[in-house]
Amino acid sequence: MTTEANQQAAGGASGAGEDLLVVKDLKKHFRLDRKTVLKAVDGISFSIKKGETLGLVGESGCGKSTVGRTLTRIYEPTSGEVEFNGMKIGGRIDRGTKRRLNHDMQMIFQDPYSSLNPRMTVTEIVSEGLVIHNPDMKPKERDKRVHELLELVGLNKSHAGRYPHEFSGGQRQRIGIARALAVEPEFIVADEPIAALDVSIQAQIVNLLKELQKDRGLTYLFIAHDLSMVKYISDRIAVMYLGTIVELAESEALYEKPLHPYTQALLSAIPLPDPDKERTREQIILSGDVPSPTDIPSGCRFRTRCPFAMDSCAAVDPVFREVEPGRQVACHLYDPEIMAKEGRELQHQ
Amino acid sequence: MTMMFPKDGDLKAGLRKADGLPAEPTADLFTPEPLEASVREELSKPAPTFWKEAMERLFKNKGAVVSLAILIILSVMAIVGPSMNEFTYREQHIPHSNLPPKISGLEWLGFNGKDVTGTDVYAERGVETNYWFGTDEFGRDVWTRVWKGTQISLFIALVAAFLDLLIGVVYGGVSAYYGGRIDNVMQRIIEILTGIPNLIVIILFILILEPGIRSIILAMIITGWVGMARVVRGQMLQLKGQEFVLASRTLGASDARLLRKHLLPNVMGPIIVTVMFTIPTAIFFEAFLSFIGLGLQAPLASLGVLIEDGYDAIRSFPYKLLIPAVVISLVMISFNLLADGLRDALDPKMRK
Repeated sequence: MTTEANQQAAGGASGAGEDLLVVKDLKKHFRLDRKTVLKAVDGISFSIKKGETLGLVGESGCGKSTVGRTLTRIYEPTSGEVEFNGMKIGGRIDRGTKRRLNHDMQMIFQDPYSSLNPRMTVTEIVSEGLVIHNPDMKPKERDKRVHELLELVGLNKSHAGRYPHEFSGGQRQRIGIARALAVEPEFIVADEPIAALDVSIQAQIVNLLKELQKDRGLTYLFIAHDLSMVKYISDRIAVMYLGTIVELAESEALYEKPLHPYTQALLSAIPLPDPDKERTREQIILSGDVPSPTDIPSGCRFRTRCPFAMDSCAAVDPVFREVEPGRQVACHLYDPEIMAKEGRELQHQ
Repeated sequence: MTMMFPKDGDLKAGLRKADGLPAEPTADLFTPEPLEASVREELSKPAPTFWKEAMERLFKNKGAVVSLAILIILSVMAIVGPSMNEFTYREQHIPHSNLPPKISGLEWLGFNGKDVTGTDVYAERGVETNYWFGTDEFGRDVWTRVWKGTQISLFIALVAAFLDLLIGVVYGGVSAYYGGRIDNVMQRIIEILTGIPNLIVIILFILILEPGIRSIILAMIITGWVGMARVVRGQMLQLKGQEFVLASRTLGASDARLLRKHLLPNVMGPIIVTVMFTIPTAIFFEAFLSFIGLGLQAPLASLGVLIEDGYDAIRSFPYKLLIPAVVISLVMISFNLLADGLRDALDPKMRK
């Protein structure tokens, strides 16, 4: 991806509000052995405004979770720039910055069964952040704070002395949210927080997250693969495929008119609630599997499965360009130059 | 709780029967008081901790409880047994050599002072004192020697198991926690160590050092910690990727805190079980070394030494072999049963 494209991507988001997080050309590669490198995240750029929710969708293995874990510094990024609240947190960071980050950025995890230590009580789990960041706090104050947090997430203080195995999945996820909120973060990476829950509980958790956002001005990166849930919670949505973002748009616009062929295929897979419409729903079924992230196809990554693939797709990397205000897509179908060369009609405008 | 039947408390039972009501209110006549969910939460009893629950499960296991009792009795005897009579384990008294066991009151159990031919040796030689477990060929009291031997065997096993635990946990923990190249090198070292037959290492070790308690312990731990290191490494690797560890790291927990609060408490179960299985193995190994003559030297006694001595005289003086053999068997069976019980009690898969 070119530098201009990155700048455009980072600064291209429309609307008011200050950027809380700006990511430029972030890469995270894992070396598997001497010859193979797994490119889990391969040059993505986006920005998140204060108080906004950015949804990150894509099929399993496309690198969504790696993005979240690289942002929270569970993984060290291979390259790229990340700016959080004016702090550069991309490359090596000093201890003070790391401490602030551990305070301002928190994560909610996917599996409520493995995200709570089975040998700790709820109080110990929720207060861990307080113990680390505020060691002088008196145990009594800490307990009081834990009770407040538990009530905030819809549990009650009699739960404080219990162990995780006594709770249901939804309750456990609430404990995980309370733990993240304990240090009063500004930004929360929610890594598929509802994927492991019952549908009825999913709505409760998503509503809880929305309420907390309204009350405390939180900013979310909401990673998921449930498209209808993402639409409900997100202001903007980024669609990932094989380590890159292929489309980024306001959620309404994206669902109304998906531009990238991959997004079109993804959205066509959502079942419709109306049985008559559902019967006539046209589903775009992609052929083949996702290529391995250790052996990424040349040019456009999606070309091996794209119904519109052209010659240029294998030769030229698509540029992640703004095609409408606040709307970016990485596809040759929306690139006037390439389309002119191919002698085909431009898909958009 | 409220009862469903009318409030006619002073009616006689017979009258109730006449009304078609049972004399005693049965369970289906009760209906739970409608309680608010929050109140109900507060009323329910506090949850038992993991350890309390595990102990409860352990005490339900009859085999484990009996084993624990036997082990406690044997341990107490190992400590107080040698000083229960006036003899010491090394004091020789040739005129009293090879006396069969005799306990007054327990003659019917075989402790009658008669040898294999049926002659009362005590009467024959005019010995006044009773030797409870008899004497050996130098006239040393077998009772004292058996308990002294149990003491030494248990001591060797406990020290060896403790050192195994220490080295194994640190080695396995470091290997798993830091991973990557460190893990690779450390695992290759383990493979080389296990590649050499255990017995050869130990025999060479004892040949170099002079035989004694210290060299036996050293010889046993030189390869013994490998099992523990592997258990700990496996468990840690599994835990390291768990989300609660990641969550703690995003909160900024230090390595020490992660190890102390998150990793170690979760590997405690398997560690305890492994230690409990190491102890009987160590006891057996010590006995085995003593039996092939590489163990403790006279006059020190361990169960293995006593069994070896007894084995030489099995035809004429079977009690010399029988008594230490029974003790060592009891110790080993009990440790194994207790370890089994602990494993079942600590295994999270057993959780309801």
